[in-house]
Amino acid sequence: MATGHASLPPLDVTRAPEGGDVGAVRSGWRLALREFSSNRLAVVGVGILVFFVIFCFLGPFFYHGNTLQANLISAHDPPGAGHPLGTDVNGIDILGQLMTGGQAALEIGFFAAFVAITIGALIGAVAGLIGGIVDTALMRVTDVFLSVPFLFVVLILAEKYGASVLSLSLVIGGFSWQVPARLIRGEVLTIRERDFVLAARTAGSGNWRLIRRHLLPNALGVMIVNVTFQVADAILAVAYVGFLGFGLHYPNIDWGDMLSSGTGYLTDGYWWLIWPVLTCIVLTVMALNFIGDALRDSMDVRLRRR
Amino acid sequence: MTAYLLRRLGTSIIVLIGISIFIFLLLHAIFPSPARDVLGLRANNAQIAAWNASHGFSRPVVEQYLSYMNGILHGNLGYSYSDNQTVASLFAERVARSAYLSGMGLVLAVIIALPLGIFQAAKRNSLGDSALTSLAFILYSMPVFALGLILIQVFALSFPLLSFEASQSTSIWTVIGDWRGMLLPILTLTLISVALFSRYMRSSSIDVLAQDYIKVARAKGLPERLVLMRHMVRNASLPMITLIGLSLPALLAGNLITEYLFNFQGLGLLFFESLGKADYPVLLAYTLVGAVFVVVGNLVADIALTVADPRIRLA
Repeated sequence: MATGHASLPPLDVTRAPEGGDVGAVRSGWRLALREFSSNRLAVVGVGILVFFVIFCFLGPFFYHGNTLQANLISAHDPPGAGHPLGTDVNGIDILGQLMTGGQAALEIGFFAAFVAITIGALIGAVAGLIGGIVDTALMRVTDVFLSVPFLFVVLILAEKYGASVLSLSLVIGGFSWQVPARLIRGEVLTIRERDFVLAARTAGSGNWRLIRRHLLPNALGVMIVNVTFQVADAILAVAYVGFLGFGLHYPNIDWGDMLSSGTGYLTDGYWWLIWPVLTCIVLTVMALNFIGDALRDSMDVRLRRR
Repeated sequence: MTAYLLRRLGTSIIVLIGISIFIFLLLHAIFPSPARDVLGLRANNAQIAAWNASHGFSRPVVEQYLSYMNGILHGNLGYSYSDNQTVASLFAERVARSAYLSGMGLVLAVIIALPLGIFQAAKRNSLGDSALTSLAFILYSMPVFALGLILIQVFALSFPLLSFEASQSTSIWTVIGDWRGMLLPILTLTLISVALFSRYMRSSSIDVLAQDYIKVARAKGLPERLVLMRHMVRNASLPMITLIGLSLPALLAGNLITEYLFNFQGLGLLFFESLGKADYPVLLAYTLVGAVFVVVGNLVADIALTVADPRIRLA
């Protein structure tokens, strides 16, 4: 599987690799990529995700729906000319709102996942590397956070501090690091016994350097898979918070908020207030789950077809 | 085994103490005293300080925590000032309804998911397996409210067979009897869990089917039906015990959303309403009770697993 050293960058002595063989790592990632792209569901998932990113972030440049000004004359307009997906109770354009709402959902999803994986990686790596009483203490803290009902605490904090993309991301991410912490601790426990870690330690690497340069890079596969699921879960969480009415406030909006206000008109037959946004949430979460599953399969050497 | 159980019990108690400290401090930091809500906006600082002093809210945090925990251990969950009622009596009014909804959801989910997973594993990669896997995947990616809304649209609006509002009766027996009102909420909770459980049941059954003792059973000529019934089902069901324990937080969350969606007067809806009123004694107590429920549930699941699986007993 050697791809030849022609593709390697010239050797930079100051940044020489300290553990493992760079060539091997590179082809390992390439194998994983090949495995990933041969998974049809994964490709569909990436397609859906890319579509939603473009739709939400580039869409507003091409489609100018009225998402800010109330216009009661055209309230509850069904889909038609001028409003491809109709309008809501205030005459606000649903298609435009879907784009801005999706921006918030995706931003919170990715940022919360980033927060969660950062805290999780630190706690997991420290617990796994140092072991002993530190490990026990950190894992009990993790157990405590695992048993605290996630949605309840997030709702309480969102009620108090919600209302912005940043605060919601911090709240959701701050209570989602338990699973990555456990996973990364498990990885670190096996990696730390490997020879290159011993070599690095012998060469004088401190704990922090070991974590940063050796343990976490080698746990990257596990982390990438987990981040994907974290994004999906965070998008779901923010949808729950918004659906219960404790999410972002006007003029900011997310998909959960939209659904929450649409649900009130379920019996009136205003389907365009509910089903488009519901489809957006489900498709995005499903796409991320597809990608996560495929990534897990492609990273795990044992599951790989040879 | 006794040593294992004692150790497991010890960790649970430590975790419970940690949870109570964390939740108490968190809510105390957000909401130090209900004085403002009780006395109203016109109360001045001196009045508030006096109220805090007479109701114990000016004591050091540690002291407040200890007295709160002392109350909890004696069955006093606090006092809801906005409902003018003890939290315990608020819970007592509603706990049966939530227990019925979530309990039925959980039991039905297990009853449906076990055979489903076994069927999928036995007919692995068949058309039926693929269809069920895709369905589980869609359900799994679906927020509880999305599923609930679809069920309401189909079974209560498009075809008005069932009610889109859950039973409003205060009597648990009337609630249980009102199947037209309760079927959709229960189905919502059930289907969400079925998606998760059947995925795990399928993969654990596939693992078991690859074991040597299954090969032996087949080699001695046992009909496939008996291989599945006698040798696979019980072994493949073991991981489900742990999974049910782990799914309890999701069950609590699902219960909250479902009660909100179907306007069912249970604990979840009480939590939601208290959130709107910033009724912190209720929020604190319910979050704590929920956490205890999760910890105890996981403990029971672990003990049940050691009873059910002799291989663990030796460890």
